[in-house]
Amino acid sequence: MSEWVEACAVGDIAEEDVMRFDHAGRTFAVYHSPDGKYYATDGLCTHEKVHLADGLVMDNIIECPKHNGRFDYRTGAAKGAPACVNLKVYPVKIEAGMVYIDIAA
Amino acid sequence: MSFETASAPFPRNYSLEGPLNERAKQIGLANADWYKSDIPRPRMKELMQRSDGPATRDTLIWIGALILTGGLGAWFWGTWWCVPFFIVYGVLYGSGGDSRWHECGHGTAFRTQWKNDAVYQIACFMTVRNPTIWRWSHSRHHTDTIIVGRDPEIILMRPPELAKAVLNIFGILMVPQAWWAMLRYASGRLTDGEKDFIPEPERPRVFFVARVWTAIYLAVLAACVYLGSILPAMLIGLPSMYGAWHMLMTGLTQHIGLAEDVLDHRLNCRTMYINPFSRFVYWNMNYHIEHHMFPMVPYHRLPELHQEILPDCPPPYHGFWACYKEIIPTLWRQRKDPEHFVRRQLPATARPTPPLPIAVKG
Ligand code: FES
Repeated sequence: MSEWVEACAVGDIAEEDVMRFDHAGRTFAVYHSPDGKYYATDGLCTHEKVHLADGLVMDNIIECPKHNGRFDYRTGAAKGAPACVNLKVYPVKIEAGMVYIDIAA
Repeated sequence: MSFETASAPFPRNYSLEGPLNERAKQIGLANADWYKSDIPRPRMKELMQRSDGPATRDTLIWIGALILTGGLGAWFWGTWWCVPFFIVYGVLYGSGGDSRWHECGHGTAFRTQWKNDAVYQIACFMTVRNPTIWRWSHSRHHTDTIIVGRDPEIILMRPPELAKAVLNIFGILMVPQAWWAMLRYASGRLTDGEKDFIPEPERPRVFFVARVWTAIYLAVLAACVYLGSILPAMLIGLPSMYGAWHMLMTGLTQHIGLAEDVLDHRLNCRTMYINPFSRFVYWNMNYHIEHHMFPMVPYHRLPELHQEILPDCPPPYHGFWACYKEIIPTLWRQRKDPEHFVRRQLPATARPTPPLPIAVKG
């Protein structure tokens, strides 16, 4: 069962950047990739529960602000120590200029 | 200005295997939220941007200077003329290796990740720091900076053992200990403290690299025996010791004598202004408050970050002497009075340090 929630407007996140989105006691990170697509992952790093939205987006990578652990935000794949556990990713859709994520996925 | 620390009474057990590890977790000092100066996200994004240019330039200069000074040192071997070349070679190897280890370990020096990884591996070898062990230990140092029982990189504990610090000017304890640890890893063993911060799946890498390094050192040793000269070891191995003094001179200024068990890097790190040669060797880690508060900012943007947060930080130290005239008397007094430490003063323009989020004190 899907549960689509509105996270932000398409213009809210600059290209190659990330934004934090909190909903119902959970926290997510929503990304705008350099090729104009949107993605969403869990908001906290799998290493030490730090908000990834304070990190740096480079191409398809989000780098965690605490210990520079890296993830591919399209797949959630951890790219090396100290980020060793993959991030959970969520489907994203754009409708009427708004970014929605399926938080039930 | 006074501020709280959450330190346990003396004698304090600094071991990661001791009771203060658990205490730090229980009272909220471990994995805590640390104070950060306010920087608008667009400016922060600018400062975090990576590029290959500065680190490529600096690495080419560094490797070129290593080849030149090492080559001339070897050429003049057996005469006094070799001495100045080996002094510079040693600093570039034993101390320059330390800062390259550090920056490339963070993955911020270069934008291209394989370049960070390649320089990291070389620098780890030069400083005899197992790449996996030290990546994890340094992560912990950033999570729990100078939190007793949690931080594996507290280099002088209270009361300080000053003789050790003096011997380590030339790596006399530190480097043989690192070689011994290398042999221990090569035989497949970790201490309980190391197991505390290195996840199981990472451990085979520790052992593999240690075995490769052991083979390299054996080859150097064999070359020395074959040639009947220590020249090969002067080029590979011994510079970790005779070139360590600059690393110690810079490294001791980072946290020594400052507060333990606080959650604000303005109170337990020093930022200092130093000469351009030392900044090159040290890759700008003299901006140490800035580095700890925002480890995502590459070394070459730290001077800009420094300007950005200057009004929110204690005044920087002007030169090594300004640091050491504070550090030396503090350490001397801590021999008898381990409770004593330097309380950094925040300027009137700074936001106050937040209260510690803990229930238990003393
Ligand atoms: S908290 Fe993200 S890499 Fe450590």
